[in-house]
Amino acid sequence: MFDLVRKLTIFFLMIAISTILHASERKFNLGKIATKTEIAGWNIDVRPDGMGAPIGSGNAIDGEEVYAEQCASCHGDFGEGLDRWPELVGGEDSLDTHDPVKTTGSYWPYASTMYDYIYRAMPFGVAQSLTHDETYRVVAYLLYMNEIIEEDFVLNEKNIGKIKMPNIEGFLLPDPRPDIANLNGKPCMKNCVSPTKIIGKARDIDVTPEDEKS
Amino acid sequence: MKKNNKKKLKINRRELLAGTASFGAIALTTKVVNSQETNPNNLPPNVPEWTAELGAGVDANPYGMPSEFEKNVIRRNVEWLTASTESSVNFTPIQDLEGIVTPNGLCFERHHGGVSIINPKDYRLMINGLVDREMIFTLDDLKRFPQTNKFYFLECAANGGMEWKGSQLNGCQYTFGMVHNVQYTGVKLSDLILETGLKPKAKWVLAEGSDSSGMTRSIPIEKILDDCMIAWAMNGEALRSEQGYPARLVVPGWEGNMWVKWLRRLEFGDLPYMTREETSKYTDLLPNGKARMFTWVMDAKSVVTSPSPEKAIFKKGVHQLRGLAWSGRGKIKRVDVSLDGGKNWKTAKLHDPVLSKSLARFTLPFEWNGQELLVQSRAIDETNYVQPTIQELQKLRGVNSIYHNNSIATWKVNKDGTVDNVRLG
Repeated sequence: MFDLVRKLTIFFLMIAISTILHASERKFNLGKIATKTEIAGWNIDVRPDGMGAPIGSGNAIDGEEVYAEQCASCHGDFGEGLDRWPELVGGEDSLDTHDPVKTTGSYWPYASTMYDYIYRAMPFGVAQSLTHDETYRVVAYLLYMNEIIEEDFVLNEKNIGKIKMPNIEGFLLPDPRPDIANLNGKPCMKNCVSPTKIIGKARDIDVTPEDEKS
Repeated sequence: MKKNNKKKLKINRRELLAGTASFGAIALTTKVVNSQETNPNNLPPNVPEWTAELGAGVDANPYGMPSEFEKNVIRRNVEWLTASTESSVNFTPIQDLEGIVTPNGLCFERHHGGVSIINPKDYRLMINGLVDREMIFTLDDLKRFPQTNKFYFLECAANGGMEWKGSQLNGCQYTFGMVHNVQYTGVKLSDLILETGLKPKAKWVLAEGSDSSGMTRSIPIEKILDDCMIAWAMNGEALRSEQGYPARLVVPGWEGNMWVKWLRRLEFGDLPYMTREETSKYTDLLPNGKARMFTWVMDAKSVVTSPSPEKAIFKKGVHQLRGLAWSGRGKIKRVDVSLDGGKNWKTAKLHDPVLSKSLARFTLPFEWNGQELLVQSRAIDETNYVQPTIQELQKLRGVNSIYHNNSIATWKVNKDGTVDNVRLG
């Protein structure tokens, strides 16, 4: 018995020592160690797997009220987007058309991003003013409006990383660029084949701000 | 006539000396209006008005501004592009600039929640996550680390984004002006993390701004350790507030959105964070409905800044064509110019210095005798990447990808010397 305790003690001591040896030394002695409280106040990001999601919950039924008060004045009663503010709802089956509509439902690959962005940046101009429960409610409402969850589904920190978004398979990695043909540094210099017919003029579209001529 | 002029000038001068701001402003406005015309009294053999008078003293402009005759050299925005000016963009007047340095007050702005105003005493940079020590640094702490000074271009991934389907905006500024080039002073992140240590599992860094949009982007650790820096100065002075005062991230050669301004936090993690700006935005939608993600590097690009839609040609004879070229993959190796829409090309002169991931200046003299020209430029970088045509990019990516349009533009010089942004096909 004693032997086992001794062996275990030595074992854990060795782990402790190797950890200390592995951890790097401070090189310049600048800055200070951050406290847990300081980090908690600023560490607000939420990752696709739910890491960072704060404790809280909400469903779409309660979310409708938060949305109407905090979001609808820009994004419209049904997430249709007023003026040039973004549409949040709809757009399914539009991504491969001439007029793609990218909404949280049709385009966003992760529900975590909705939570992260709404909490950190919305409502526009009153950032980080929603409570965690209010944020879960609004996200639940948008997911419900996009027909991703039922209206009584309670969204919380444990399941936000498990919501399957419709466009999760819509993104391509890694970046295939350079994707162009000429990577030999020797383009044509004389009598090259090149289109020279004018098929469009910005002047005719006439959307350039006027002061342009000054 | 001459006498009257002198009298008027004296009054103006007395007003200026009296030092009232309103009088000064009136005098300034009058002069700008007059500046549009040549005053023969100032030309040989006459003695110009500014010779007959003393100029302003050394206490008149503690922080100097451009000449009052350069008032049209300003950033401009396109009102209909966005819902609000706080989440919007303006454009660098590259058609009016020379050399490779963008003056600080002319660097284009892109904000998602307006310009934050931060007292440097209240500035803190937090580093947390997969590091040996989670830490907080003040601005003074950052300035005590080993220093680095580098020229880099910063280009918005959406520069030229309005031109995918056709020529839309009739201006060099509006179609190429989401780029600027300054010398940054700061600390390399590879030096900064010597203080915090790094856990072996750390593969990604979340950079977070403290502005009202809480801008966030994920950056792979290889790039962070290669050449990323935290800058507190640009072109020799403190960052402008519009550019992230007091400290911003510099991500050389990569899209401007990643250069987080008003930087408050770097979190080290084992996976990307998939923020709004790298999922719903800054992803490049293809015709099949799939979108490219993490398209960070800015491919080689060039533009003729003069002649251009804002820079008409007024006289026949010799002219100096001017332009800018840049590549996120390294140095510009060569720039070719065509005056006939891409059939025949001549190699332009590249001016020193030609730096990696920095704007490069090119010029080429040409004769104009009132004929129509189709002006193009084509950059080649040190990786031998040749700037493509819009047709090639459209074939590969369609017309809805918004970002990363680095294609060759065409300026048509008309017979009257005016210049149009046109699309050839």
